[in-house]
Amino acid sequence: MKILVAVKRVIDPYVKIRVKGDGTGVDKQNIKMSMNPFDEIAMEQAIRLLEQKIATEVIAVTVGTEASQETLRQALALGANRAILVSTAKEHCSLNIAKILQKIVNDEKPDLVLMGKQAIDGDNNQTPQMLAALLDWPQATFVSGLTMNGDSLEAVREVDGGLETLGVNLPAVISVDLRLNEPRYASLPNIMKAKSKPLTMIALETMGLELKEHIEVLSVTAPPTRSGGVKVDSVEELINKLKHEAKVL
Amino acid sequence: MSTLVIVEHNNKLMHPATRNTFAAALQLDKNPVLLVVGHECQAVAAQAAAMAGVHAVWLVDSPCYAHPIAENICDLVLSMASSFSAILTPASTFGKNLLPRIAAKLDVAQVSDVTRIIDSNTFEHPIYAGNAIETVRVLDKIKALTIRTTAFDAVHDEQSSCSIEHIDKAISGAKTRFIKQELSRSERPELGSAKIVVSGGRGLQNAEKFKLIEDLADVLGAAVGASRAAVDAGFVPNDYQVGQTGKVVAPTLYIAVGISGAVQHLAGMKDSKVIVAINKDEDAPIFQIASYGLVGDLFELVPQMIEQLKTA
Repeated sequence: MKILVAVKRVIDPYVKIRVKGDGTGVDKQNIKMSMNPFDEIAMEQAIRLLEQKIATEVIAVTVGTEASQETLRQALALGANRAILVSTAKEHCSLNIAKILQKIVNDEKPDLVLMGKQAIDGDNNQTPQMLAALLDWPQATFVSGLTMNGDSLEAVREVDGGLETLGVNLPAVISVDLRLNEPRYASLPNIMKAKSKPLTMIALETMGLELKEHIEVLSVTAPPTRSGGVKVDSVEELINKLKHEAKVL
Repeated sequence: MSTLVIVEHNNKLMHPATRNTFAAALQLDKNPVLLVVGHECQAVAAQAAAMAGVHAVWLVDSPCYAHPIAENICDLVLSMASSFSAILTPASTFGKNLLPRIAAKLDVAQVSDVTRIIDSNTFEHPIYAGNAIETVRVLDKIKALTIRTTAFDAVHDEQSSCSIEHIDKAISGAKTRFIKQELSRSERPELGSAKIVVSGGRGLQNAEKFKLIEDLADVLGAAVGASRAAVDAGFVPNDYQVGQTGKVVAPTLYIAVGISGAVQHLAGMKDSKVIVAINKDEDAPIFQIASYGLVGDLFELVPQMIEQLKTA
């Protein structure tokens, strides 16, 4: 089985972001970037399937600037066999990213696409569902448990009230949740080995896709700040304040 | 301009998030259509029809919709979508699973977690775990929006109900099958809509001691939440999680006990009206946003609080 894992380069989750003063976006100059944490989990799952000999090949793919090669090298160091970068200087909406990935899927013909359930920058939680729709493949989203049974799989999904299990025929698109697994760290020898693994760069303009604009970002602003209130000295004082000052009890 | 609201439910009860989503829909359209898709869900349609301001409820009842399989509901909605200029769902796992699939099939963008409707094309929503607010204009003819329910006041008023139109259309793809569901049962109010939420973090140490949080919640009639650390450590099931990757809540009172206040947790609760933090570390980030902070050992303070609330 061939698995495609879509990854995204995002601002490191532990960085405190700064909104630019002119309202055009978030400052990314000289900021630490990393692989989207949900995508690391998708990658880990693919590598485990490779180790269990269920998968025969794992391909990491991303859409982004040339700097995204770094994220793909990380995927290769974790165990992906090869990588594809669709290079573009522009930021694209989820639907256009899904269309680009659709083209890659049509070319590579994987049996399974694994993705993170959302990227921690846009927080959209859309691309996997959109890709599944464009391919007309089944989807299982927010997956925290995955069992393969021949040409179908059983996916445990994290839903609001608890857990739900779906049976999904392959090929399928799976988006993963945080509790699916604990991603490994790349070892130094593997990081060295990753440098010689194949990484194909495709310029978006050469893919023959007609992508139209669907969304226009008008502004990005900082949220209203919430300032700390007071520290109280005792439970009695706290309850008193909640009753008489905040009037919430 | 016509708006479709896809109603979330469990075939018996309409999910309260529908009330907030309908409120958002009313900002776009005077007469939104509410779509109830399910199996033996007549009661849900009746609840939807009883919300003040509802003029049209469409009911599609078939065994193939007994469980909300995105593929089936998506194809059903596509068969009716052309007459709508906006399609709304709550930004719950139900809506997030379904709506992007519909949007892609319609070749339109989707805006996630809408917190403000500026006009029929322009919307605000949080990005970067709530650390930035993005305003976007949708250029497509049909707007697909998931609504952050805590940002819109629920429609609570009732009317003597409107007519319900039955639509007969069954769609069942063979590619996806429902196998089972394991729901966490709780007598307490639902986390997403509770007026008071008491949440526990890693500071509770273990599942046994987490009961203290539940005891406090019970004297307050509150829902119980948890930080990701508490969920990952196995103190409580994952659907208790409040945060960027869990539920987003905005109750009147949020009490964070033994929670340091990581960015990912704050994204899920920082719009609460009053925040109380109880933590032994006086430098914990949670104190920077807490309306009232109490520094000390939660195992002493929380039992005191329970005691005093009981006698008050």
